[in-house]
Amino acid sequence: MKPSPFEISRPGTLDAAREALRDEAHGTKVISGGQSLGPMLNLRLARPSRLVDVTGLPGLAEIRKTETHVEIGAAVTHARIEDGEVPDPIPGMLRHVAAGIAYRAVRNRGTIGGSLCHADPAADWVTAMIALDAVLVVRGGGGAREIPMSGFMLGAYRTAMKDDEILTTVRIPRYSDQARWGYYKICRKVGEFADAIAAFVADPERRTCRVVFGSTSGAPFVSTELARQIATTGAAVPLDAVKSVLRDSGLNLSEVKIHQLAIAHSRAVTEALSDA
Amino acid sequence: MTTGIGARIERKEDRRLLTGQAKFVGDIKLPRQWEAAFVRSPVAHGRICAIRKPDGLSGWVFTAADLSDVRPIRAESSLPSYNASDQYPLAKDKVRFVGECVAICIAPTRAEAEDLAEAVEIEIDPLPPVIDALKAREPGAPLLHEEWGNNLFLTTFFDGDIETLRKTAPVVIEREYSTARQAMNPMEGKGTLAYWDEKAGQLVVYTSTQVPHLIRTGISELLGIDQGQVRVIAPDVGGGFGYKCVLQPEELSVSWVARKTGRPIRWTEDRREHLVAGANTRQHHYKLTAFADERGRLLGLDAEITVDVGAYSVWPFTACLEAAQAGGNLPGPYDFGTYRCRTFSVATNKPAFTPYRGVARPGVCFAMELTIDAIARAVGREPSEVRKENLVAAGKMPFTNVTKKFYDSGDYPASVVQAEEHIGLAGFRARQGKAREEGRYLGIGFSTFTEQSAHGTKVFAAWGLPLVPGYEQAMVKITPSGSVEVRSGNHSFGQGLETTLAQVASEWLTVDVSRISVTMGDTGVTPYSTGAYASRGMVMAGGAVSKAAEVLAGRVKAHAAHLLQCKPEDIRLSDGKAWFGEAHVGFEDIARAWYLRPDQLPDDVETAGLEVTEGYKPDIDTGVFTYATHAAIVEVDPDTGETAIEDYYIFEDCGRRVNPLILEGQAYGGATQGIGTALFEEALYDANGQPLTSTLADYILPGPAELPHFRLGHTETLSPYTRHGIKGVGEGAAIAPAGAIVNAINDALSPFAVEINAIPATPEKVLGEILRARAAREAAE
Repeated sequence: MKPSPFEISRPGTLDAAREALRDEAHGTKVISGGQSLGPMLNLRLARPSRLVDVTGLPGLAEIRKTETHVEIGAAVTHARIEDGEVPDPIPGMLRHVAAGIAYRAVRNRGTIGGSLCHADPAADWVTAMIALDAVLVVRGGGGAREIPMSGFMLGAYRTAMKDDEILTTVRIPRYSDQARWGYYKICRKVGEFADAIAAFVADPERRTCRVVFGSTSGAPFVSTELARQIATTGAAVPLDAVKSVLRDSGLNLSEVKIHQLAIAHSRAVTEALSDA
Repeated sequence: MTTGIGARIERKEDRRLLTGQAKFVGDIKLPRQWEAAFVRSPVAHGRICAIRKPDGLSGWVFTAADLSDVRPIRAESSLPSYNASDQYPLAKDKVRFVGECVAICIAPTRAEAEDLAEAVEIEIDPLPPVIDALKAREPGAPLLHEEWGNNLFLTTFFDGDIETLRKTAPVVIEREYSTARQAMNPMEGKGTLAYWDEKAGQLVVYTSTQVPHLIRTGISELLGIDQGQVRVIAPDVGGGFGYKCVLQPEELSVSWVARKTGRPIRWTEDRREHLVAGANTRQHHYKLTAFADERGRLLGLDAEITVDVGAYSVWPFTACLEAAQAGGNLPGPYDFGTYRCRTFSVATNKPAFTPYRGVARPGVCFAMELTIDAIARAVGREPSEVRKENLVAAGKMPFTNVTKKFYDSGDYPASVVQAEEHIGLAGFRARQGKAREEGRYLGIGFSTFTEQSAHGTKVFAAWGLPLVPGYEQAMVKITPSGSVEVRSGNHSFGQGLETTLAQVASEWLTVDVSRISVTMGDTGVTPYSTGAYASRGMVMAGGAVSKAAEVLAGRVKAHAAHLLQCKPEDIRLSDGKAWFGEAHVGFEDIARAWYLRPDQLPDDVETAGLEVTEGYKPDIDTGVFTYATHAAIVEVDPDTGETAIEDYYIFEDCGRRVNPLILEGQAYGGATQGIGTALFEEALYDANGQPLTSTLADYILPGPAELPHFRLGHTETLSPYTRHGIKGVGEGAAIAPAGAIVNAINDALSPFAVEINAIPATPEKVLGEILRARAAREAAE
C-alpha cells in the first residue's frame, strides 16, 4: 500500500497553482487535506503523476461573514467547523455535520473543499451543502465562476468542475431565525461512511424548504415533492409515502436502502420540526 | 506486596508497548536491507500460463521457477479420508485464491518493490471458481486439487441412534446457521526479515509469529537447511490470535531470497494484503436437528457441519482442525445422550483456513446457544431455565460427555445463575414489556460454553498432526546479582506472558517481578516449545516455569543452608531472601557465593548451580476446561435494524487466576472480537471469488463507541490436573458473544416473528428480515 511515484508542489499563488494544473492536466490532481485522496493513492486507485497542494493558497483557509452569506475557504478543516470557528449560517447545523464526519484525526486534516470536490456519494458535505443551497466559487483559466451546489455533483466522484479549476470558496446563504434544520445519518459504526443520509432545511422567511437524500450511490437526491408537501402541511410525510417517492426516484435502490433513507428522512424532519 | 500467583499487578511489558519503544519486525533496520513486495494472484482460480519479469530487473524478481529447490507446505494427517495439499510459497502451475503469492520482488524501498511488482506480467487462464462450500460438495463442482476427485479435505463422523429419537422426541427443532468468513486483524500484520549471518553460519529470521520453534522447523525442512543453521527470532509481536501460529508462505520466500541474494530482506504485510490474503477463518455452516422433551430437556442432536476452509491445508495444524473440533465440541457444556454429526472440511478458492481465537467454538457455541433458545421458545419457557437444566450438573464432575470429552471440573449451571443475577433477568421481562409499549425493543440473551485449553500430546496425536506438543520446557536462573532470568520458548504477542511467567517464578522464589526478566521468542536462546496456541501458554509455559523455579528454590535453600549453617529443610524463602529463623541471606549473597566466592561453599556443594531447565505437561493430555456464561441485553431499532448493546456481563471460571488484571484484559479483548463476529465482521466475495472487503472501510471492525461497558465476575475452580490449578483462558471470551447477542436480538424481535440465524447480524440483515416478515404478513392478510 504505497503510492506510485508522484511529484508534489505547494504553490503560494492561485496563478501558480493553475499553472501547475494546466501543465500536465491529465496526470495532475489537487490535494487538500488528503484524507480521501491519501488512501486512494496508497491503494493505487488514484495514480496522478503530480499533486498540487492547495492548502497554502491565499484565502483558502479563511472564513468570512457578509450581509447575506457565510463564506468558507475551501481548505478550512472539518475540525475548525466542528469547533465553531465558522459563523452560523443556520444555528448549529454546520457544527453538527462536521462533528459527525469520520474521526477527529480525519477532521483535523480533511477539508470542506476537498470533501466536496472528491464527491463521494456517502460523504456529508455534498448532501448538507445542497440542503443549504450553497454556491461554490471556482477559479480557472477563464477567471472565477460560481456553481450552485445543486448542479455541482454529477455522479459518484464526478463534479461540474473543469480539470484546471480550483475550488476556492463555499458560500452559504444566511438563514433567518425562523429556519429549521434536521440532519440524520445511519452508519454501521461511529465514524464510518453512512448507509443513509437525510438532510432537511426550511426557512419560512426565505420561503425555502429542501429535502435531500445522501448516500444513494450517486449524487444526492433532492425531492422537491416531499419538500412541497412538508412546506404546505407543516408536518412530516408518512413513511410509506416517502418510500414511494424514493421508489419512483429512478435511483437503483434496494428495499432495505429505501427503508433506511426514508427512516433517516423522517428522523431528520421530526428533529427539525420538534424544536419549532 | 508479593508479586506471585494471584497478584493484580500491571504488566511489565506495557511501558515499552505503550510508549512506542517496542521492537516489532517493522522497527528493525539492518545494513544493506531491502524491502519485498509480493505479486499476488488477481483471480480466484486459474492456471498460470506465463510470468514475465520486467526487462533488466529479473534479478529483483523471483517466481516458483526460481524457488524450485523449496518444498511445498504440506501438512499431513493420519486421519482417514484426509486429503493433503501442496502449497508452494510462490504459486506453481495453478493459483487457488485471490491474493495467493505468485512472485516476490525486492527493492531498496517498499514503494519501489511495489512498483516492480506492478510491472510483472502474469498470464492466467481462468478456471471456474469454487466460492460456496455447500455447492463445492456437490458432484460436478469445479475441483481445486484435481487429483483428489472432490473438494473435501476431510469428513468426520459421530454416529448415534438419531432415527429412534426422530420418531419419539416430543420436540424437534430444525435450523440452519451460518457464520461469516473473517480476517483476524491483529494490529501488526505478518512480517518477516531474514538475513544470512556469515559468522554464525545461520539464516536468521525475524518473524512475527506465535510459534518461533515451529517456524524454525518448517523453514529448515522446506528450505533443506539443517536446523542448526536456522535461528528464528520472534521480536515483539503485535497480536496473533492464531493468525501467526502456522508456517507462512511469505516466511519461506523471504528466507529463500535473503539466502540467495545475501541481503537482509524484509516484508511487512499491509492491511489490504491482510484483508484479501488473510481472510481465512470462522466460516461455518450448520444444519442442526435438536430433539427435546416437553420441558426442553435435550435428548439428542443431529448435525451436519460444513467448514469453508479455503484452498490449502496449513502447517502444522491442517485444514481439518476446525471441523474436527467443531464436531467434537458442538455438544459443548451440555449433558445429553445421543449425538450424530458429520463434518465436511471443504476446499474453496479462498485463503487457507487458520485457527482463530476460540477455534471452531465461536461457531459451535453460536449454533448450540441459538438452538437452546429455539427449544425454549418451542416449549414456552425462559431460555436460561432450559439452559441450566441442560448443562452438565456440578455433581457429575468430572464428566465425560457424548463426544468423550473429559470435563475436569466446574459448576456450569452456577455460571448461568450468576449471569442471571448480574444482568438482572428477574426484573427484565417487566421492563421489556413496558419498553415495547413505548415502541422500544429490548432483548436478553445468554450463552454458555466450555473451552478446552492446553490439550496436549495424546489429543494432537489422535488428530494425526505432523507435529505433536509434548513436554513444555523452561529455564529459570539466578544471576550473579541475585536477580532472576526466565527463558521460555513460548511467546507473548500481547497476552502478558512476560508478566505472568515472572509471577510464577516469583511465587516460588519470592523475588519481586521487577527483578525477574523473561526472555521468549528467540530459538537461539530459549528451550524448545511448540509455542503459543490452544490457550496453552499459561498452563504449559507457566507449569514449566513453576517446575523449574521449584527445583531452583530447592537449590537456593541448599546453598543458603551452607551460608546460614542449618539444614535446607529449615530454610524458608520470603521477600527475596532465605530465612533461618530470624537470620537471613539475600539472593544476592547466595548468588555471589556461587558465582564469585565459591570459596565460601563447602566441597560437597550441589554442582548443578543456580540454573534449572525443566519440562512439564499436565497430568492429563485431554486439556482442562474453562467455562463461562455471557449475558447481554440489547436494544434493536426495528426501523434501522441497528443493535445497541445496553449491558454485557461475563461470568468466568478459568481456574487459578495468575493475574486478575491481565485476565480482565483478555476478557475485554476476546469479547470485543466476539462482538465483531456477532455484529460487524464479514469478508465478502463476488461470484468470481473477488474479495469485496479489501479495506477497513468495507470490512467493519467494532470500535470503542460500539462496545458496551463489560462487567465481569469470576470464580476459581482449580483444575486438579495442572500446576497451581491453572486453566487456559486466552481464547474464551471470543467464543460466546455471538450466541448471547443474537439470542438477545431474537428475543427483542419476537413480536416481529423474525429469527436471525446468520452472523454478523448487520443492520441490513436484521432490517431485511423485518421487512420480509412484514411483507409476508401483509401478503397473507
